[in-house]
Amino acid sequence: MKVAVVTAGLGVPSSSRMLADVLSDAVKGELSLSGSDVTVDVLELRDYAVDIAHHLVSGFAPPALAAAIRSVTDADALIVVSPVFSGSYSGLFKSFFDVIDNTALEGMPVLLGATGGSARHALVLDHAMRPLFSYLRARVAPTAVYAAPQDWGAGADDEPALAQRSRRAARELAGMLDGRPPARPSHQIEPSAPFEDLLARIQAPTS
Amino acid sequence: MEIGVFTVSDVTRNPLTGETPTEGERIKAAVAIAKKVEEIGMDVYATGEHHNPPFYASSPTTLLGYIAAQTERITLSTSTTLITTNDPVKIAEDFATLQHLADGRVDLILGRGNTGPVYPWFGKNQQDSVELTVENYNLLRQLWDNDVVNWEGKYRTPLRNFTSTPRPLNGVAPFVWHGSIRTPEVAEIAAYFGDGFFANNIFWPKEHYQQLIGLYRERYAHYGHGTEDQAIVGLGGQFYMARKSQDAVKEFRPFFDNAPVYGHGPTMESFMAQTPLTVGSPQEVIEKTLSFQEFFGDYQRQLFLIDHAGLPLKTVLNQLDLFGELVLPELRAEFARRRPAHVPDKPVHTPRRVGAVTAAG
Repeated sequence: MKVAVVTAGLGVPSSSRMLADVLSDAVKGELSLSGSDVTVDVLELRDYAVDIAHHLVSGFAPPALAAAIRSVTDADALIVVSPVFSGSYSGLFKSFFDVIDNTALEGMPVLLGATGGSARHALVLDHAMRPLFSYLRARVAPTAVYAAPQDWGAGADDEPALAQRSRRAARELAGMLDGRPPARPSHQIEPSAPFEDLLARIQAPTS
Repeated sequence: MEIGVFTVSDVTRNPLTGETPTEGERIKAAVAIAKKVEEIGMDVYATGEHHNPPFYASSPTTLLGYIAAQTERITLSTSTTLITTNDPVKIAEDFATLQHLADGRVDLILGRGNTGPVYPWFGKNQQDSVELTVENYNLLRQLWDNDVVNWEGKYRTPLRNFTSTPRPLNGVAPFVWHGSIRTPEVAEIAAYFGDGFFANNIFWPKEHYQQLIGLYRERYAHYGHGTEDQAIVGLGGQFYMARKSQDAVKEFRPFFDNAPVYGHGPTMESFMAQTPLTVGSPQEVIEKTLSFQEFFGDYQRQLFLIDHAGLPLKTVLNQLDLFGELVLPELRAEFARRRPAHVPDKPVHTPRRVGAVTAAG
């Protein structure tokens, strides 16, 4: 089972990367319960920032970014984490998904995560990230995990600790996989229908 | 192997002088370039079709007709003619007329269109582009291959007892290439009719085109036109060269860095590493071009984009002189040496259309 982890944190170390690690450990733990052999590939988008910009203007991916995109589109499940910038996911995070073909993530099980300077940004998960992955026709786990600064310490009193929330989200993702990789559409260039069929499909308006 | 030049017809500011040529200057430059193409021994001059600035080429057959009068040997072609938004009747008529004027030195590359707004400007929907391609091309074939056409379709008014005139020269329509950068249906159409398949090969990494060309070759064989390696493939490419590699890099960089299609993105070096662009010595142009054959198999037409990015006419003509002297003979010899005897050297009309000639007597 191949899990790709995409994190758009900019600092080193970054709290988005920390959350990504918590989530991928939880997912690895859940998947190994079902006996799956799990490989995790972590992609820090800061490493591809210039390549992503070049792809936006030139229309094709430089080799390193092309490999990163393949790693994401070939994965069996995806964990994505963005910091909150100006009330939404970061521009780098969005740009990465903008340069991926918009059908390439159809059916992909995805676990959403976000980090921010205050717990008050938590709705970014459901107001920004979830719609983005709905548009891409990915399958998003019901629980998404937001980490505010206090989550790295004692945690807020009125909600379960980060580790607990992460485990619940990981269980949901693992449940979507159910021990085997999901059936996902192929993204090779598929042959066309035969010419006679292409022609027959064109229906003249009935007059 | 046919080797030639294709233009996208951009009117672009020269970053060294700050001057932008007029449309008229660029149109006249196209004629000068086509004449130079003939003079140095290349085989093809092809022009694009666009309907918006900064491009001048909205009327390919007018331009090619004028060039036909001033050349004797080269094939005149397009890169591309829009099969989606042009009326297939008008394409049939325009290119048959050009055939007569140019004594048959005419073929064309069909494409779907490269900007969204071109569809509504001509009363079409971009969502219909594949259907338009299928229906319009099927009609175009009938107009050329049959003297009398009765036809009804979805996108055009019906034709009853219609004869497209003039009839194709000697009963053989211009050879057709189908250009595509992402659509397997276009490869299918080309294969079905035994036509050529042209991959512009300019901006994207080769692996992408390998898939499409592979698909076309497979279907070409499926429809009984020959073996996969006999399918008729054309490729684009682009270069800037100087006798010394470092001079080429130094001279072209300001044009690359400021060109609307290249500039302000990846460096010229990384662009060269990932696309067919060669900026270097004649030997480097030869090696890169031969690598296309290694990636895509034996092919029949190589067109180069050279008059772009604001390069002045004089520079373009010098490029061609250098090409004719140092690159063309080497490419011809090496392509000929590599090509197996059963693979066609040039685009050939399929048996179906050879049959049409016989029938026309």
